[in-house]
Amino acid sequence: MTKYIGKSVKRVEDKRFITGQGKYTDDIKMPGMVYAYILRSPYAHATVNSINIDAAKSAEGVVAIYTGADIPEAIAGVPCGWQVNFKNGDIMKEPPHPLLVRKKVRHVGDGVAIIIADTRANAKDASELVDVDYDLHDAVTDPKAAAQPGAPLVHADAPNNIAFDWQLGNPKEEVAAALASAAHVTELDFVNQRMIPNAMEPRSAIGHYDTAYDKYTLYTSTQNPHLTRLLMCAFVLGLPEHKVRVVGPDVGGGFGSKIFHYIEEALVVWCSKQIELPIKWTCDRSEAFLTDAHGRDHVTNAKMGFDADGKIVALQANTFANMGAYLSTFAPAVPTYLHGTLLQGLYTTPKINVDVTATFTHTNAVDAYRGAGRPEATFLLERLIDLAALEMEMDPTELRFKNFIPAFDGVEQEGYVTQVALQYDSGNYAPVLTRALEMVGYEAFREEQKNQKGDKLLGIGFSTYVEACGIAPSAVVGALGARAGLFESAQVRVQPTGKVSVYTGSHSHGQGHETTFAQVVADRMGIPLEDVEIIHGDSDSVAFGMGTYGSRSLAVGGSAIVKSIDKVLEKGAKIAAHLLEASTDDLDYAEGKWTVKGTDKSVGFGDVSLTAYVPHNYPEGLEPGLDFSSFYDPANFTYPFGAHVAIVEIDKETGFTKLKRFIAVDDVGNVINPMIVDGQIHGGLAQGIGQAMLEGAIYDETGQLINGSYMDYCMPRADDFPSFEVDRTVTPCPHNPLGVKGAGEAGCIGSTPAVVNAVIDALWKGGHKVKDVKMPMTPERVWTAMQG
Amino acid sequence: MANKISVTVNGKQYTGEVESRTLLSDYLREDLSLTGTHIGCDTSSCGACTIHIDGKAVKSCTMLAVQADGCEVTTVEGLATNGNLHPMQESFKEEHGLQCGFCTPGMMMTATDFLKTNPNPSEQEIREALEGNFCRCTGYHNIVRSIQLAAKKMSEAV
Amino acid sequence: MIPNSFDYKKATSVDEAISLLGDDVQILGGGHSLIPTLKLRLNAPGTLVDISKIESLKVIRDNENSITIGGGATHASIAADAALSEHAPMMTQAAKEIGDIQVRNFGTIGGSMAHADPAADWPAVLLACDANVVIQGKGGKREVDIDQFFKGFYETALADGEIITAVRIPKMASNRHSVYVKFKQPASRFAIVGCAVGIEMEGGVVKSARIGMTGVGESAYRAMNVEKALVGQALTAESIEAAVKNVTEGAEVMSDHYASQKYRTHLAHVYVKRALKMLM
Ligand SMILES: Cc1cc2nc3c(=O)[nH]c(=O)nc-3n(C[C@H](O)[C@H](O)[C@H](O)COP(=O)(O)OP(=O)(O)OC[C@H]3O[C@@H](n4cnc5c(N)ncnc54)[C@H](O)[C@@H]3O)c2cc1C
Ligand code: FES
Ligand code: FES
Repeated sequence: MTKYIGKSVKRVEDKRFITGQGKYTDDIKMPGMVYAYILRSPYAHATVNSINIDAAKSAEGVVAIYTGADIPEAIAGVPCGWQVNFKNGDIMKEPPHPLLVRKKVRHVGDGVAIIIADTRANAKDASELVDVDYDLHDAVTDPKAAAQPGAPLVHADAPNNIAFDWQLGNPKEEVAAALASAAHVTELDFVNQRMIPNAMEPRSAIGHYDTAYDKYTLYTSTQNPHLTRLLMCAFVLGLPEHKVRVVGPDVGGGFGSKIFHYIEEALVVWCSKQIELPIKWTCDRSEAFLTDAHGRDHVTNAKMGFDADGKIVALQANTFANMGAYLSTFAPAVPTYLHGTLLQGLYTTPKINVDVTATFTHTNAVDAYRGAGRPEATFLLERLIDLAALEMEMDPTELRFKNFIPAFDGVEQEGYVTQVALQYDSGNYAPVLTRALEMVGYEAFREEQKNQKGDKLLGIGFSTYVEACGIAPSAVVGALGARAGLFESAQVRVQPTGKVSVYTGSHSHGQGHETTFAQVVADRMGIPLEDVEIIHGDSDSVAFGMGTYGSRSLAVGGSAIVKSIDKVLEKGAKIAAHLLEASTDDLDYAEGKWTVKGTDKSVGFGDVSLTAYVPHNYPEGLEPGLDFSSFYDPANFTYPFGAHVAIVEIDKETGFTKLKRFIAVDDVGNVINPMIVDGQIHGGLAQGIGQAMLEGAIYDETGQLINGSYMDYCMPRADDFPSFEVDRTVTPCPHNPLGVKGAGEAGCIGSTPAVVNAVIDALWKGGHKVKDVKMPMTPERVWTAMQG
Repeated sequence: MANKISVTVNGKQYTGEVESRTLLSDYLREDLSLTGTHIGCDTSSCGACTIHIDGKAVKSCTMLAVQADGCEVTTVEGLATNGNLHPMQESFKEEHGLQCGFCTPGMMMTATDFLKTNPNPSEQEIREALEGNFCRCTGYHNIVRSIQLAAKKMSEAV
Repeated sequence: MIPNSFDYKKATSVDEAISLLGDDVQILGGGHSLIPTLKLRLNAPGTLVDISKIESLKVIRDNENSITIGGGATHASIAADAALSEHAPMMTQAAKEIGDIQVRNFGTIGGSMAHADPAADWPAVLLACDANVVIQGKGGKREVDIDQFFKGFYETALADGEIITAVRIPKMASNRHSVYVKFKQPASRFAIVGCAVGIEMEGGVVKSARIGMTGVGESAYRAMNVEKALVGQALTAESIEAAVKNVTEGAEVMSDHYASQKYRTHLAHVYVKRALKMLM
């Protein structure tokens, strides 16, 4: 019955994009629209003494200017959506993140005033006439330095800049004891550097207050329209939710950075009410660098102990996580429940403790960036295990095979219970590495490496990972501090003619839901793909949604759709039974029709649909219509896994490192559209490799972002990569109806350590036994490593 | 300062007034509502705004609208002819060369210019030709495949 | 990303352009250095005089002993020019190393020389080619030897009100060899080190050498001591190694987060060595 599922169906959404007809927020124009420019702090830490807007106010085209003082006290700022408590039970420090600062700026880019004018140019011109008087203060940007006594304070009520501290796993003493008696301990200090998401579409928001209907509309480049509406209405502006519509139209990539509720969204909505005109704000790339929530930024010390046989006996991980100046929507969850909980990896490590200190600094907020916490966990584990192999003179793949958790399918065998609070759903780890080694031609490579002479060094690096997607169920994440549920909703509305409109709370911004979801619906309902339309992103048409992030859409959103389909077919069967004068038990449903078993009597889906809406000849007591909604709250996370291998070549004279090959074997459970899944993996790989080799935010000690443009921040380009070699194994998820696990982040989670490990391998083979090369591994850093 | 300009965009003649400082990208998007041309940066780096001026690829954010006076402009909206997709467009769809679609117009405009001078490129040449076009979604893998397919289609067509 | 306001004037001839220049007026060539600075409001001229439509500035002319490249010739037209590829192949090679397809289609050699970005490619290449820069202003035409052209950080011999109308490249005799190599800054792809070498061989030894370096110091410069050390030597691994020792002598070596002074100095040595070895 799978005409579509498992096939590389070409994307239905492509047509509008390849013809230039995609509608992104900045493409939307409304009559009377005015334009906002946000004046931002050029300093990381300063007191605002005064703001003089007189000259700006009378500048050409200016409609209104607001500063922090104009915003009512009741509007405290944008909230954080996840609460993590201190080890001692105290609740985390959660200083307000105001829409516009009132007294103090806390990072370069903090909003100081909003200037609204008839054109963008006039708004920008007027902004130059606003005169702000600042008193400058010292800043701190490093998450570890921030926690030291005497560091400049970001918020007066967060002593030592600590937002919270947290730990998980076995008692520290037990881990310490196991490490003390280990035959070998590998210890590593490293930085998982700050990343700038750089979705290609800069953020944009349009606020429109409609006086006729007393209704607000927000168009915004979001991954998450409903949650944005909820947060903005309930926690920021105090607006009645039923009078607010939030639309996430076409969105040009997100990678996490467009999950969060941003100040600009609330600002354009609030300002639009004041002036009763639609207002558009679109950020420049320079602003995006300063204000799109950043990712990663962990400073870590980790120790992994092994017995004489190479079995891992214990892991201790201590991390300082940079929150930036304010707690962004999901920020507290990233270094804790999305990072600490993943430190079992795919190994049988019996003792694990993870300790995290989250600090405020005078930098832009840090939150989820593709992978969110899991890349940091994978990096920690995979760097340690490859390094341990070098130190113990063992093969890094053998060391992994020795430590893998044995296969379990979650049906016959129980899910694997980790030391760090999770139960994995299903896993079969050895085959992905075995397959990757085949693809590499491992033995031949090691031969080639041994014989390598001349001016190049060759290296190979591995990374085997397990990650957690579709974070759930709501009750559990609620207990862990989430201030929202993590279910998904879906409505399947069968039209009288048998065409199907599906309303999903997931949001597609490149993932191809309009195709993948339609494949699921068409197959499950036995109807042509063309008869299915997927509708998403508009809070006025979709009942509710939790949006798209954490590789959750198909596993959670897709499952909600399946639930609604089941309801449609159940009711359809009743109607069909009535029309066929049979009992529902005697009917089979296939290829879009109900057939009385063992006969050729049948009725088609279209006829049943029409009957549901023209219920003349109709089952007694049955409601008309064929339209069902469902909410799906998963039983557990899903746990994709995989093996990534990088091969690099280093120019000995310059340190220039070329990625020669990259092999990725991922297991994301069942696959609905292989073409789309491969595409997701490719994109993730580029971002993960980008972190290893090219990207990373640099703040100087005064809190200036010194590489906040594409001339300095290295965006990966086509010629930075070889063609990727990808394959997969399939271990279905046992607890959702599609057996899918999620593919959006896997590429980004597994790849980074593989590349660093490859460089370290090359360096060791060249006689340079360094433990680490800081990311991004620029030519200079690699060259420096060879000078020792 | 307002300047009178007359440009042919996708075969259609437009006459109007523009401020000297108006970038061609803004003119296309705001004045002509041709929003397929995207703005992804402010340093002339990303290529999302790439169009053709008299057949040559240019980042339209790095040209003044007034400079296009008297020129033939082609944007992504003009790539298809008589309702038939350009082979480049077909190939991006067939090889899944796009995800969010934001970089796609610029990618296709650069690639069509590139294939004019190099109709039979190697993979490495294609990768180098995309130096001025960023994509955050695809890892470029399928963009390269798309351009390879387009090259094939276009050379078979002649 | 919106420039400050300015007036725009389109010139149709060099003379007209010159007549339009004056206080607070800037020339708009290909725009690929100027417009980015306007967009970021790092620069706000009152008037731009557009010389990009002046046909005579785009011409690349094949003379008897030299090739004259119009100041308005684009990097792409230089890359595609047959005479240059035959008589000054380093020009062709370097043109292809600049920016990307779109930048090469519109950026010009005159604009690049006038801008004199310390990491731009043309300055090193023209130094090694022994080019002349043809300049025209209200006072008439003058030709500046490339050795006299670069004056410092974004500074040149160009005076206010002057236009670079051409650069003149001597044709290479058959005993001349040249090459341009570039180590790119990963983000901007400008040169961290760009090294252009032109040598003249006679009787198996170097008769003369010109080495242009860019990206290293505050402006492009000739590595004179390397040039001197090479003269009279056969090109061997050893002679090259010995000659390149002080390639950064006299340069104020720059430092940034991609290349510290130490590393940049090292790269300068590696790249000049590589360039010379390619000519062995
Ligand atoms: C994304 C990108 C990447 C780039 N990469 C590189 C690279 O790798 N290597 C490299 O070398 N360059 C690079 N460039 C710069 C590019 O080569 C520019 O085209 C060049 O530097 C300036 O030429 P232009 O004609 O565009 O000059 P404009 O931008 O028009 O002008 C630059 C300056 O020169 C003046 N000027 C222009 N023409 C003349 C003239 N004929 N006479 C006198 N003054 C004049 C202007 O007034 C202005 O001050 C890059 C540019 C971009 C946008
Ligand atoms: S918007 Fe033109 S290059 Fe980025
Ligand atoms: S498809 Fe999203 S940036 Fe390229």
